[in-house]
Amino acid sequence: MSKITDVFTGGRKALITFVTGGDPDLETTGRLILAMRAAGADIIEIGIPFSDPIAEGPVIQSADERALSAGTTIDGLFGMVKRVRQKTGVPLLFMTYINPVYKYGISAFTEKCAEAGIDGIIIPDMPYEEEDEFLSQRTGAGMGVELISLVTPTSAARAEMIAEKAEGYLYCVSSLGVTGARTALGTEIGDIIQTVKARRDIPCAIGFGVSTPGQAAQMAAISDGVIVGSAIVRIVAQYGKGSEAPVKDYVASLRAAIDAS
Amino acid sequence: MGKGRFGRYGGQFVPETLMSAVIELEAAYEKYRADPAFGAELDDLLKNYAGRPSLLYYAEKMTKDLGGAQIWLKREDLNHTGSHKINNVLGQALLAKKMGKTRIIAETGAGQHGVAAATAAALMDMECEIFMGKEDTERQALNVFRMELLGSKVNAVQTGTMTLKDAVNAAMREWVSRMGDTHYVLGSVMGPHPFPTIVRDFQAVIGREIKAQMMELTGRLPDALVACVGGGSNAIGTFYDFIGDGGVRLIGCEAAGEGVDTPRTAATVATGSEGVFHGMKSLFCQDGQGQIAPVYSISAGLDYPGIGPEHAWLHGAGRAEYVSVTDGEAVSAFEYLSRTEGIIPAIESAHAVAHVMKVAPQLAKDINIVVTLSGRGDKDVAAIARYRGHDLEE
Repeated sequence: MSKITDVFTGGRKALITFVTGGDPDLETTGRLILAMRAAGADIIEIGIPFSDPIAEGPVIQSADERALSAGTTIDGLFGMVKRVRQKTGVPLLFMTYINPVYKYGISAFTEKCAEAGIDGIIIPDMPYEEEDEFLSQRTGAGMGVELISLVTPTSAARAEMIAEKAEGYLYCVSSLGVTGARTALGTEIGDIIQTVKARRDIPCAIGFGVSTPGQAAQMAAISDGVIVGSAIVRIVAQYGKGSEAPVKDYVASLRAAIDAS
Repeated sequence: MGKGRFGRYGGQFVPETLMSAVIELEAAYEKYRADPAFGAELDDLLKNYAGRPSLLYYAEKMTKDLGGAQIWLKREDLNHTGSHKINNVLGQALLAKKMGKTRIIAETGAGQHGVAAATAAALMDMECEIFMGKEDTERQALNVFRMELLGSKVNAVQTGTMTLKDAVNAAMREWVSRMGDTHYVLGSVMGPHPFPTIVRDFQAVIGREIKAQMMELTGRLPDALVACVGGGSNAIGTFYDFIGDGGVRLIGCEAAGEGVDTPRTAATVATGSEGVFHGMKSLFCQDGQGQIAPVYSISAGLDYPGIGPEHAWLHGAGRAEYVSVTDGEAVSAFEYLSRTEGIIPAIESAHAVAHVMKVAPQLAKDINIVVTLSGRGDKDVAAIARYRGHDLEE
């Protein structure tokens, strides 16, 4: 059991929310993490902004650009996480492309994560086949930082193998394509989750394209939790430093829909 | 360690969604590369459609004028569609067709790869969509219309620096959204495995022909091969058959832009460092935070912040040398080759010509240098005129 898997005990349907770190500034990101926690988020993912986020749709691409223009650095993010960590125990994850981690140094990065209070890392451009270097260089306290793996609707032949090695929860991508709202969500990922569950009892949370409370409830019904990112980032884009209240309201509406279903 | 490594470089750093597509591609490639019927079909296209073999031309006037080494030009500019890009595109489009794909997508910088992809799609009755940075659609407006004329849709990419790297980002995002009927025809020896291997194999015809032609014309191997490097497909195609011939120097010419000591450069080996991006571990222009750097070159085709993993390996192993050539030197070479030999090279290829102009005078007359002219320069005439201060509309 880990701090991340603890969230799912007793069959709780987890609400996992995402915010791009440093958009519009790190101070706001810190306040948003606490606000989302207060509104019922169980796990919070913090995006490390990247110049070329190939798995992201336009909403998070723009957020990354804003955060980088604001001068966001990895050490700045570690500092922000440390400050937030004093006020909340909520599991915190970094979502980052591999290059910033690689440039920082995998060992140094994961150890700093542990020191700041980061519980896990999601690296969307590091598939199963390329995990070894990361895993072997995760040293010292960094070994406690869990690597979150992804499965997608195209993972049918790979889902068991991925589930076998996965840590924390499995990030189940709802549909093909990049992050961002979809008008309708298929349920094909549900079949992949069944395959995974038959092999191993690991929490499965669905993300990509979930934006309405209705969709959150629909996806929670076929999994152990829901991940919402772009819809939150869109509110931050609109309200900037004043986004705390609208984000809190929105996250509360997701929580209510999940709990009611 | 994962698949597709060149020493420590290469790999398959793509989102999980794309893994099934690259695995499917690898299986199909392994099947068809061993299939004589596929080989015969591709050879026929290369010969009767693309016009191979391309000439190896002795640049007598240039040789005399520079007064040193003998200079030979490998005329990839004479291929159908005007560049080496057709070699790879015919191979990949044929492979895609065998895989049952009905649609291809491609990124393009200068537009040469996009034009080649659009051409192959027209020939093979496939749907085709091209992703091109908005800045490049303006620099290479004629090529945009050419692709549309060939029946392709051209998407002007307006994210990031609006150049080649952003076109690759957009093409990858499109592929991750639609893989069932779509093959991504990557244009250079970059990206996730198996692309660097597939593209190299389809471009290796350049070096094989050079070897046979030099043996026939001079009775021996050349002393040096020179080619421009963006991602590095014409260079690896030129070098590959000679990697085991230790006596043959392999020289790649990167775009220095305004100079390797300025931020306005695209010289990856000179200014970059190891990283993982666009599906591969290789060398990249990046900052201390691992953010990919905005790069610059007068040449839209060399304006890329990385280099193919096999080049990174050849560099690390000391088997190939990589030099930098500025905009100014490339433009001078563009004009020089036009006047001296009556051959207008692509501005990309002019980077290789510029390096030869620097070194040939110092070399003995019994030294043979082969320069790959990767493409023809008609597309660049307006840009060169602008560089020289003429306000020329295309």
